[in-house]
Amino acid sequence: MKRQIALLGLMGRGGALSKIHELIRELPVSRVMTTALLTLPPDATMMQLKELLREHHISGVPVVGGGRLVGVVSIEDLIHALEVQRLDAPIREFMTSEGLVTAHAQEPVMEALRRFEQMGIGRMPVLDARQKLVGIITRGDITLALLRALQELYTEAETIQDRPQHFFDALESENTSLQLRYRIEKGDFALGGDASGKIKRALLRIGASPQLARRVAIATYEAEMNLIIHSDDGGLVLADIQPTTITVVAQDSGPGIADVELAKQPGYSTATPEVREMGFGAGMGLTNIERCTDKMSIWSAVGVGTRLQMTFLVSPEESGEGDEETGQGA
Amino acid sequence: MTLDEILQATEAQMLVEPPYNIDLESACASDLMSDVLIFTKPNMLLITGLTNPQAIRTADMAEAPAVIFVRGKYPPPETLELAEEMGIGVLMSAYTMFETAGLLYQAGLKGIGKLPIMRQQR
Repeated sequence: MKRQIALLGLMGRGGALSKIHELIRELPVSRVMTTALLTLPPDATMMQLKELLREHHISGVPVVGGGRLVGVVSIEDLIHALEVQRLDAPIREFMTSEGLVTAHAQEPVMEALRRFEQMGIGRMPVLDARQKLVGIITRGDITLALLRALQELYTEAETIQDRPQHFFDALESENTSLQLRYRIEKGDFALGGDASGKIKRALLRIGASPQLARRVAIATYEAEMNLIIHSDDGGLVLADIQPTTITVVAQDSGPGIADVELAKQPGYSTATPEVREMGFGAGMGLTNIERCTDKMSIWSAVGVGTRLQMTFLVSPEESGEGDEETGQGA
Repeated sequence: MTLDEILQATEAQMLVEPPYNIDLESACASDLMSDVLIFTKPNMLLITGLTNPQAIRTADMAEAPAVIFVRGKYPPPETLELAEEMGIGVLMSAYTMFETAGLLYQAGLKGIGKLPIMRQQR
């Protein structure tokens, strides 16, 4: 369960599952194969094969003659030679040379795995685009490579999972919180959303669930855009992150809202056509903020300024895998 | 639906390739970013005619892994740079928003469904 939660933390873009998917589909044989290649010429004896297999603890080798792959000889062939007492015979008499199954350096391991399955074989010589022998691949190589990659994913997930504990538990105080502050400039549309994005990434980094991070980011983004669009000379976004509550405050020093209740109505807007062209100013900002927060309060006075406080409770579900928001409350 | 399928269905161009393979579950089409944020679902394609960087910011907040710009409006460089930085895929189709959405719907991409009725102030 914990693992799963931690893995969900990786679901940012792409996610753990698609990473595994991608890995299997895209990892090329060349990244998995053994390249320190042992080969034998076709006129080496089965006795030489026996020595080579024993010395290197391997179960088969490609046979190379005239610079080309001509066959594969394995421990089964050696047993066959032993049965007929012909250890002095050349390898070419016992090796598999016809219908040789090979892998290509650039094909995905998934394809190679499929061929292992279909042919019931243990190893395949790997050829490059010019049909030159460049390595050998076994089922074990593929398993190991995938396990190693999975291990990396889990380590990454565990690092993320361990962060909030390390982060908050390591600090002793009556009331620990992390504060982030951003100055928002009036009319700076190009940077609009920068602070919200940074708060979102900070939350994810210290272990918040993606759902919670998204809720906070969306509400903060709307508030940030309000400062850019409506304030006289910009404002501040302050995020206070505690283990159970996140509070984000957006404040400015004017012009102030004359009728806060009216401003909260869906569709009510004083934005200019230019702002609407930017995709904002549809009068949905506060509605959207209210939907994303657990508590929203606005204090405003004309000529003094506006203070919007948004509170988000870190619910138990949200430290795990709570339901996605579907906009039902809109 | 993969980006390849989307490219094919809408005869689009890939302007910024996302860092991961993505498989989108649904889409929403709007030029109003607040509307997008209201009915956001993760793993959604954003279809929009709004080519400024706010489209990418919105996609980032809404966890939409890709954005498709419609009616052949080539986005300004700052939009593409931001998408690159945030790892959000950017596509562009020469079809209008209506037709782009229609083609994707026809190809099997789902929408968000009905939303509650909301009375608006004048």
